[in-house]
Amino acid sequence: MKILICISNVPDTTTKIKFVNNTTFDNAGVQWIINPWDELALTRALDIKDAQPGVIETITVVTVGSQETEPTIRKALAIGADKGIRVNAEPKDTFFVASQLAEIVKKDNYDIVICGIESSDYNGAALGGMLSELLDMPSVSAVSHLDVINGQVQLKREIDGGQETVEAQLPFIGIVQKGIAKEPRIPSMRGIMMAKGKPMEVFEGVGADSFTEFVGFDMPKPKAACKKIDPENVKELVNLLHNEAKVI
Amino acid sequence: MNFEFTEEQKMIQQAAKDFAERELLHDVIERDEKSEFPAEHIKKLAELGFLGMMTDPKYDGGGMDTISYVLAMEEISKVDSSVAVVMSVCNSLVIWGIETYGNEEQKQKFLRPLASGQKIGAFLLSEPEAGSDATSQRTTAEDKGDHYLLNGTKNWITNANSASTYIVIAQTHPDKKHKGINALIVDKNSPGITLGPHENKMGMRSSDTHSVMFNDVIVPKENRIGEDGFGFPFAMKTLEGGRIGIASQALGIASGAFERALKYSMERKAFGTEIFNHQINAFKLSDMAVKIENGRNLCLKAAWLKDQHLPYGTASAMAKQYCADMAMEVTTEAVQIHGGYGYVKEYHVERLMREAKLTQIYEGTSEVQKIVISRSLLK
Repeated sequence: MKILICISNVPDTTTKIKFVNNTTFDNAGVQWIINPWDELALTRALDIKDAQPGVIETITVVTVGSQETEPTIRKALAIGADKGIRVNAEPKDTFFVASQLAEIVKKDNYDIVICGIESSDYNGAALGGMLSELLDMPSVSAVSHLDVINGQVQLKREIDGGQETVEAQLPFIGIVQKGIAKEPRIPSMRGIMMAKGKPMEVFEGVGADSFTEFVGFDMPKPKAACKKIDPENVKELVNLLHNEAKVI
Repeated sequence: MNFEFTEEQKMIQQAAKDFAERELLHDVIERDEKSEFPAEHIKKLAELGFLGMMTDPKYDGGGMDTISYVLAMEEISKVDSSVAVVMSVCNSLVIWGIETYGNEEQKQKFLRPLASGQKIGAFLLSEPEAGSDATSQRTTAEDKGDHYLLNGTKNWITNANSASTYIVIAQTHPDKKHKGINALIVDKNSPGITLGPHENKMGMRSSDTHSVMFNDVIVPKENRIGEDGFGFPFAMKTLEGGRIGIASQALGIASGAFERALKYSMERKAFGTEIFNHQINAFKLSDMAVKIENGRNLCLKAAWLKDQHLPYGTASAMAKQYCADMAMEVTTEAVQIHGGYGYVKEYHVERLMREAKLTQIYEGTSEVQKIVISRSLLK
């Protein structure tokens, strides 16, 4: 069984976000990481491979981006992925990225393709669905548990008031969310050393449309000063929550 | 000249940072208070390969350079020096000593389990009456033909209880003074070894420190490192590298306290503004930042020399002395910036201040480092 994990190269979640001319993200001094949902997806794939080493043949990670994204791929290899692929193209929008990834999926017989439910930078939450459409492959979204049992894929999804269990035909696309793995793995010294020798293929991007463009970004309003209310004065607290904060 | 870290070095730094924040931070105050050895935390650190990170992969080590080691030590020490000291003793003293001066048989038998982190090591040099003056060893290793008979007491031994493998420095030929000293690899479970109580220390309280008593302990002759009488140069060369570890630890204690003080200074308000906006605090933080940068550069320079196989004894003494003294200054200021909150345990900086003090004392006091540095000036 071959697994492909689509990883996105995103700014560290503690980055102070700035824009140039209100239309372009200012990436000066930014530290880049694997999108947290994608990193959890990789962790889960590795957990399955560790538990069933004969069943999972390879775990490949793929990203769309310039050479500057290679440290992110290399980190995924250090954590335990077997192979890395970079599509040499500047990601313009979700459709463009999905089009690039679709070409990669067609190149090999992947049984399971996993995408994080969204990326922590633009939070588009559309890639998995688009990829599924482009490839005419079944997909399951908002997956919080993924397992391989006797060659079959079993998934769990959080639904209102409970959880549902789903079986999927292979090949399929799993769009995973929080809960898919407890926490990402920390690469070991051996993993970091071995990552240097693992294969990293680079493919040129394919021509694809991009249907959206950024018109402007607005920063959230600065947090208002904290108001302290005497614990005895519950009426005042309720009044402020109702009339000022308008949350109750 | 190149100040850019490699991709691997950055990855190791991030891995150490993630480990410290994810695995150590949540219970560091509690462990410090209870003087509880972080056995589970060390096990996880070992599984990631941090205890033998510079050892040749053919002996199950990580194969990383000393620069990476400095970066990792700084990150771990920002959060928990009781864990960092285990990492330093294993990497710099025990493992490096056996890898550099041990024979192939010793490497296969003792180095492999240490480098892979299955076992922990301890380095037994200090004695009740031989600390800075390491030539005055009272512990004896009497030559009995096919074995040595070990008798005496060692003091302030880090990892004394948790270690499985000891390197013991002992006198075999008292008439030859320091030229009669040997370094022996000793199984901690050998009959005749007893431990004193856990030391109730001011800082690094969850580090496992005891005195160790040897009473007619039999050590096979093949466990001696190097030729007969090589023990003193062995100890001195090993401590040269050890200083890089402790200097990086002191650096991490200082930068950990600085980061907390900086954050606090931008949150805490006094006289209508964040206290960072009061110049006295901004300048304090500026001074702290410069000192930390100096210390980091000294550590990295010593590490670079070691990686280039160039002499690094003076550079490592400079790094150790400067960083230890600097850590004491920076952590004291960090407590001051926190005011009353800095004096309570919840804010971490008082613990970092207690930890800083030890770096001025162990693995060569700041005064001993000055002896090493000043002697090198005349060469």
